[in-house]
Amino acid sequence: MTTSALLDVAGLTLRIGEAGRTVVDDVSFQVFPGEIVGIVGESGSGKTLAARAVMGFIPPAVRLVGGAIRFDGQDVMAMSGKDLRAIRGSKVGMVFQEPMTSLNPSMLIGRQLDEGLALHRKLDAAARRALILDMLRRVGLKDPEGALESYPHQFSGGMRQRIMLASVMLLKPALLLADEPTTALDAVVQRDVMELMVGLTQENGTAVLLISHDLGMVARYCSRIVVMCQGEVVEQGRSEDLLARPQHPYTRKLLSAMPHRLPARDLPPAKTPIVSVRDLVIEYPGRQGFFRKSTPKRALHGISIDVQPGEVVAVVGGSGSGKTTLGQSIAGLVKPASGTIVFDGKPIAKGEAGYWDYRLNCQMVFQDPYSSLDPRMTIGELVAEPLRLVRDMAPTAKAARVAEVLAEVGLGDGFAARYPHELSGGQRQRVAIARAVVRRPSFVIADEPVSALDVTVRAQVLDLFDELQKKHGFSCLFISHDLGVVEQVADRVVVMQDGRIVEEGPRDAIFDAPQHAYTQKLLSAVPGLESTGEGGVRLFWRRAGNDASIVS
Amino acid sequence: MKRPAPNAIIGGALIGTLLAVAATGALWTPYEPLKLSFREKLVAPNAAHWLGTDEFGRDVLSRLMAGAATSVWISLLTVTLAVLLGTLIGLISGYTRGWTDRIIMAFNDALLAFPGILLALGLLAVVGANKYGIILALGIAYTPSVARVVRGTVLSLREREFIAASRVMGNSEAFTMARHILPNCIAPLTVLATSMFGYVLLAESALSFLGLGVPPPAPTWGNMLAGSRPYIGQAMWLGIFPGLCISLTLLGINLLGDALRDKLDPRMRGAR
Repeated sequence: MTTSALLDVAGLTLRIGEAGRTVVDDVSFQVFPGEIVGIVGESGSGKTLAARAVMGFIPPAVRLVGGAIRFDGQDVMAMSGKDLRAIRGSKVGMVFQEPMTSLNPSMLIGRQLDEGLALHRKLDAAARRALILDMLRRVGLKDPEGALESYPHQFSGGMRQRIMLASVMLLKPALLLADEPTTALDAVVQRDVMELMVGLTQENGTAVLLISHDLGMVARYCSRIVVMCQGEVVEQGRSEDLLARPQHPYTRKLLSAMPHRLPARDLPPAKTPIVSVRDLVIEYPGRQGFFRKSTPKRALHGISIDVQPGEVVAVVGGSGSGKTTLGQSIAGLVKPASGTIVFDGKPIAKGEAGYWDYRLNCQMVFQDPYSSLDPRMTIGELVAEPLRLVRDMAPTAKAARVAEVLAEVGLGDGFAARYPHELSGGQRQRVAIARAVVRRPSFVIADEPVSALDVTVRAQVLDLFDELQKKHGFSCLFISHDLGVVEQVADRVVVMQDGRIVEEGPRDAIFDAPQHAYTQKLLSAVPGLESTGEGGVRLFWRRAGNDASIVS
Repeated sequence: MKRPAPNAIIGGALIGTLLAVAATGALWTPYEPLKLSFREKLVAPNAAHWLGTDEFGRDVLSRLMAGAATSVWISLLTVTLAVLLGTLIGLISGYTRGWTDRIIMAFNDALLAFPGILLALGLLAVVGANKYGIILALGIAYTPSVARVVRGTVLSLREREFIAASRVMGNSEAFTMARHILPNCIAPLTVLATSMFGYVLLAESALSFLGLGVPPPAPTWGNMLAGSRPYIGQAMWLGIFPGLCISLTLLGINLLGDALRDKLDPRMRGAR
């Protein structure tokens, strides 16, 4: 490339406090005009800090130790506050991760979009309005005029991220910093927003610095990738080369942590299903006030599902598909409006003969390891708690069981006396899994058990789960929006949309020959992986033939 | 063993002194707190009367010590009463939700709408102005705010996944409430209770000031402060010392409350 770099970061080093930890260590990379560069790394790798430094956004506790950032030939570090403000927004735009909080909830969309334009461009109100409407139409809002007079809460997460993108691209910046722009979104929406972002930036010749933990997504859209680990750049290069021939062990680890399909398992022929759900209907009561009562909202419209002993059934679907509600109703947390749930051949209502058998043998792993553990209990107490209700078990046997299970999940030494806040997210999820399996249940519901975790941690937790499942042979209802994960763990897949099952079947059939349009759309949103030998992989996009019809 | 936080040391020292003084004051004072001595009225602080004497010649130090016992006892009992009652109401309201919650909270909010002191005044008129009347009146007056805080905490806690986890385990609702919800309410309750201790001390003083507190001649800090008003020009020590006692106690209580909250919260343990 002969053109000079738009953004040139050289030897950037950031440190916390006076003598503290180095959080970004000698990081150098360049972004050329119109190019899309990805920074990939796990939480704590310093990728966000490095990118924010480009805009001069460094938290007060963090100190710049060395290095230079040149944007368009100017030294960002030497700029005055006034000059910095002039480039923020107008030349460098930023899209944040959380669409729910990055728009001001008390401001009309129109006013928010107008803010940057009014500040940086000398245009009259009518011209600005025309520009805004044009941009809103471009990002796919159906009613741009109406949107101007709306508040952010009236839009879904995906729509908000589009609006955020519109507000940034209105100023046609030379560089767009996108910090995990689609992480909080559904797989299908994720893809639409990414396509939109790439389309918009290409039109305007805007370069993009895309920060993400999702190697698959980065590889798909970026021409070059920078891999960061613990504050250092461990590898950078062209996307295809980096994927096909990863040099650094960490890059290889990241690639091998991406979910991959294992050979289909042979299960013993069907006996009595462990869980059998028939025509399950769940309704959430509408908002009730003193004087009004709105109609109840139906979350599940007659679901029927069987889980055989030892089988892992994955339930996939976007948010609002009712997959979590299904899990909660089988766990007994939500009362069905109609339909039956039978556990091991016996009804599960409280007072029935089979109730305690069900209650002791049906366990659940929750999504958020930060909220599923009581913060005031130690790990030992948390894992021991389910045993309280087991009769005919001596205290010594219980203690031995807790120690055994903690060792099984890899939290053997000294973890029992710690509190949840002292543990990392992955370790917490191990505790949650230990708590679920400590009674040796025959059925475990796992509600998005790995979606809050980093890529490599996710792979470890999935392996652990798989290992425990094989060892103890429990059946599992695995709820997830992540098809990659599902492909790795599931024996059978159930696809849900809007409270209904749209397709179900053995894993290989669903992934290789999906019948329903929604399944096809879900599949097209996530990359598949093929090993190339030498530790590398090649990405491929499923159902590439249907791509055009899906995007348009 | 790590060094305790400075707020724990200062707060602990202040409250320790207060409790020591209150305990001593209940048993022994340098002079008889109620003994009149018209020859020695309004004497400025000196070697014999360290904090001077009041308009009836009573020793201010002795009265402060005796008053400490009364004031601390009243505040302590009031806070305990309000916290117990409020926690119970808040737990029931927040955990059951629905119509029970709505009715309890409507009543609660109606009570909250009255200023605490006004409510206490009304109740005092019914139960009579004596030590236990004050405790009952103030206790009831401060219950609604405790109930509000506990209910709010319970509402946010019950949506957390560890409550669902407890149900899936098969724990009964009562066990879940006692094992998982109540302990997690302790941090906000500690903070509320300590700041309330201060308010109650002030409210008791205010009631005394209005003439509805512990009836004279028995000393409390509040009625000493109230009694000092006509003499503020001639004998300012009469007002200053009880006022200082109240302020220092409040300071100590608040510092100690912060330290206690940090100590009780496992998340704050070992953090720096």
